[in-house]
Amino acid sequence: MKNLAFFLIGIPFGIIMTKSEVISWFRITEMFRFESFHMYGVIGVAVVAGMIAMFVLKGARVKTWSGTEVAYTPMPLSIKRHLLAGSIFGIGWAITGACPGPMWVLLGNGFWIVLIYILGAFLGTWAYGAVTHKMPQ
Amino acid sequence: MTILEWISQPWHWAVGGLAIALLSVAMTLMGRKFGVSSSFKVLCSWAGAGKKIPYFDINLKDNRWLMTFVAGGVLGAIISVHYLRSPEPVAISQSTIDYLAGLGIAYPESDESGLGFVPTVLFNFANWKGVVFALIGGFFVGFGARYGEGCTSGHAITGLSHLSLPSLITVIGFFIGGLFMTWVVLPYLLPLLL
Repeated sequence: MKNLAFFLIGIPFGIIMTKSEVISWFRITEMFRFESFHMYGVIGVAVVAGMIAMFVLKGARVKTWSGTEVAYTPMPLSIKRHLLAGSIFGIGWAITGACPGPMWVLLGNGFWIVLIYILGAFLGTWAYGAVTHKMPQ
Repeated sequence: MTILEWISQPWHWAVGGLAIALLSVAMTLMGRKFGVSSSFKVLCSWAGAGKKIPYFDINLKDNRWLMTFVAGGVLGAIISVHYLRSPEPVAISQSTIDYLAGLGIAYPESDESGLGFVPTVLFNFANWKGVVFALIGGFFVGFGARYGEGCTSGHAITGLSHLSLPSLITVIGFFIGGLFMTWVVLPYLLPLLL
């Protein structure tokens, strides 16, 4: 039943990603060239609204479906790792104009070429799994 | 104007941002965190990567929610393209249009899909250089997301909402890589790939 609920909430996810245009390669290029406020607006509003909501949920000690209160444990701080990993991801984001969510959503929008992005992401994930111990932590 | 026509218009960025925050809150209340890149890890496990690499030896049952969420996302996109399609292509700024035209990538209007989501002149199955480039781009996304333990949704949205410092530094990394590519590499590389 819970899986069905996640399927149902996935539907607005696909619609929101499409209609807010964050799946557009052109929007991502425009963002990295600082030629429009659009992407900064979308992400900025999402973050600020998210911060307020999480603050309220934590303060009100709201219980989630897993029966626990809203909590978040950040990954251990390692500046070198975060910057390196983020940069690798950013290079791919600038090339494809799509992060993982938009990849799936673009596929639903009928862009079959995105199967190549997904294949690339699959291979990249596999490669990371194979060299995980060799990467600076 | 019908409600469908109203939703079909391009959304203001504030509406998009609020909708994403609502989604992230809903998933939090459902006991999970908004984040999509782990779906590729699950794909690797499905493909049998866990037999050789312990990193992929995960309990697939714990990840079913994510894969059904992603499947819902694909269905949502199918609904968008059939019933909520914008009358106009993505309205990017004139300076971006001019810059891309100079590289040989025309304004989305001439995109065969007419949406302005994918630069189909570059990324199409008839252009092998574009296909290889797309594969490389995807590889970086997949590798970076796992090494960084999250992507745009997990770090930029969920992590920052929880004031996580590692997420903030990772997002700065997204921009270091993205700005380097966009300003230093792509202006010279893209024309060679068309």
